[in-house]
Amino acid sequence: MKAFFQRQRDIVTLSIVLISVFILMTSLIPDKFLKVANLQSMAFQIPELGILALAMMITLLTGGINLSIITSANLSGIVAALIMTKLVNSGAPAGGTPSGAIFLTILLAIIACIALSLILGFLNGILIAHVGVSPILATLGTMTLFGGLSIVITKGYVISSFPKEFVFIGNGTVLGIPLAIIIFALCAFAMSALLNRKPFGLCIYMLGSNPVATEFSGINVKSLLIKTYLLSGLLAGIASIIMISRFNSANAGYGASYLLVTVLLGVLGGVNPAGGFGKVSGLVLAIIILQIISSGLNLLKVSTFVTLSLWGMILILVMAVNNLLLRRKKGRKSLHAPVA
Amino acid sequence: MTSKDLGRKAFSRNELYLFLVIFVMSLVLFFFNRDFATFENLFDILRSYSFMGIMAVGVLVVLLSGGIDISFTAIATVAQYIMAIFLARYKGFSPALALAIPLVIGTALGAVNALIIYYLRAPAIIVTIATLNLFYGVLVFLSGGKWIYSFPAWFRNFAKINVVHFINREGILYGFSILTAIWAGIVIFSLVLLNYTTLGRKIYAMGSNIEAAKRVGINIFGLQLFVYSFMGFLSGLASIIQALLAQTVAPNAIMGRELDVIAAVVLGGASLFGGEGTLLGTLLGVALIAVMGNGLTLMRVSAYWHSVAIGLIIISSVSITALQRKMASRKTVAVNIDERIIQ
Repeated sequence: MKAFFQRQRDIVTLSIVLISVFILMTSLIPDKFLKVANLQSMAFQIPELGILALAMMITLLTGGINLSIITSANLSGIVAALIMTKLVNSGAPAGGTPSGAIFLTILLAIIACIALSLILGFLNGILIAHVGVSPILATLGTMTLFGGLSIVITKGYVISSFPKEFVFIGNGTVLGIPLAIIIFALCAFAMSALLNRKPFGLCIYMLGSNPVATEFSGINVKSLLIKTYLLSGLLAGIASIIMISRFNSANAGYGASYLLVTVLLGVLGGVNPAGGFGKVSGLVLAIIILQIISSGLNLLKVSTFVTLSLWGMILILVMAVNNLLLRRKKGRKSLHAPVA
Repeated sequence: MTSKDLGRKAFSRNELYLFLVIFVMSLVLFFFNRDFATFENLFDILRSYSFMGIMAVGVLVVLLSGGIDISFTAIATVAQYIMAIFLARYKGFSPALALAIPLVIGTALGAVNALIIYYLRAPAIIVTIATLNLFYGVLVFLSGGKWIYSFPAWFRNFAKINVVHFINREGILYGFSILTAIWAGIVIFSLVLLNYTTLGRKIYAMGSNIEAAKRVGINIFGLQLFVYSFMGFLSGLASIIQALLAQTVAPNAIMGRELDVIAAVVLGGASLFGGEGTLLGTLLGVALIAVMGNGLTLMRVSAYWHSVAIGLIIISSVSITALQRKMASRKTVAVNIDERIIQ
């Protein structure tokens, strides 16, 4: 039991934080916080940020970073939006487009969105793995490029009004549970399985902890890196579909403030930004904690900017606690360790 | 050939290459628009990029020390806003005191970063992402995000001062702005600091190998405190320049520029892992972004294409540098083998 707690220290700490924040918000605003409407609205807000955080996390695990996730999501979202608005509205006869054609268009839009996300992810992967650019620089460049292309395509305007079947993805519920959070749960489970049960996951952790040793143990680091950024791109594409369908519109500037938040979420969830450590479960807990705080503060009518600074403070606090724990652990060890 | 010589050689090659790119770009621009190569335009570019240039010097020093700072735009915003409040509210406020406010605030907030980074032993990138949110969030909450417009006359006139005057063919006065002069002053100061003082050499040493620096007895905390406070100080200074240029102060005017500035410095050859980089390279990096931005405007390229072009420049430039390093490291391997065979 003790060993379990030690191994899962991050998860235990995060769970305690989660429970205390939940109790705090429930006691502060008992009449509103536990309402189904509030819980549901929280469940609608978690998925897009959560999936983007997964996209960031996978690259952080390898010791890299992907600054282009938001602009990549926007660009592929815009392409999907163009397909839907142009095809559905223009070719329609007076009586409206037949439903079969609508489904085909939506399918086409989703496929195009995912395919483009994969291409954008592949571009990042090539730059990082084969050209040898450091991830932060490569994705800084592609971030600017993708953002620029989005602006060129949209000219800064918003593309809106999609078929209602598509809008359902981000706003609909299945048995009272938002469809989007089901998609998020599937993504989280898939990624968790990939990281814990597959050789690919093990290789990613290895690469993050020691790239040189990984290379010398005969692992194809280049293809591993490409796969990592492909996966990151894919997740950004899925987030994009949820995002544009929730807003029922696409734009070059959506989610711009999410970028640093996804890094923050990863670190809060126990992902080491230098690579090698971090679990999906920790990330999911971190996302729920932040959502509880921001929804709670929203209900309390506190400005979103206070929430923003609070997130910064929480991040510093978490690092302080981790550092303290680490020092205590090291201190205890050094008592027994031979003097160097 | 030692690896150090090689490193230095690769560097000057990087700078030469940047210079060539800027030169070719300028030629093309001159071909399309004769206005590009006028002193008037040159001074104009130098004036409007002095804000970015000053921040870039700070970022270079932080990168050299092996750290990174993302929060400097938030620091600049806070410093600038507080100065603007004093200027707008108290019309008779002493100019010297008003201009000192952002410098003090910037330095203090930079020191806060250093304290957190040192005492938490946390990665600088995460700490400064946190403080970026913290500083900016508190500021916008307290200020309500209001813009500030009305500044005293001296503040408006100060921005128009030229150190050297010229008159162009149409008889319009132009010149070398005082804002550019401040930038130049900072560059010279940093050049001396980095290359001719022990403090500067210690910064390089810490950035190249922090463990070795510790063992030689370098005071790591003191250095970090200096580096981040200096970045904060320069953010404060840059925020004054930005306010002088824009004559309005908005909480969101500087935010979001942090990655642009870091990109310019890294384009100039500074390493994100510390210990490598030069002021000349940084200046060339800023110049590349400046010439590009100005050129696109002069060529009447729609503003929508600006970030596409900048993205492409960043990607191709970092790619070429990376490929060059790869080739260089391959060459050293070959040389070593040869030497061994000869022996």
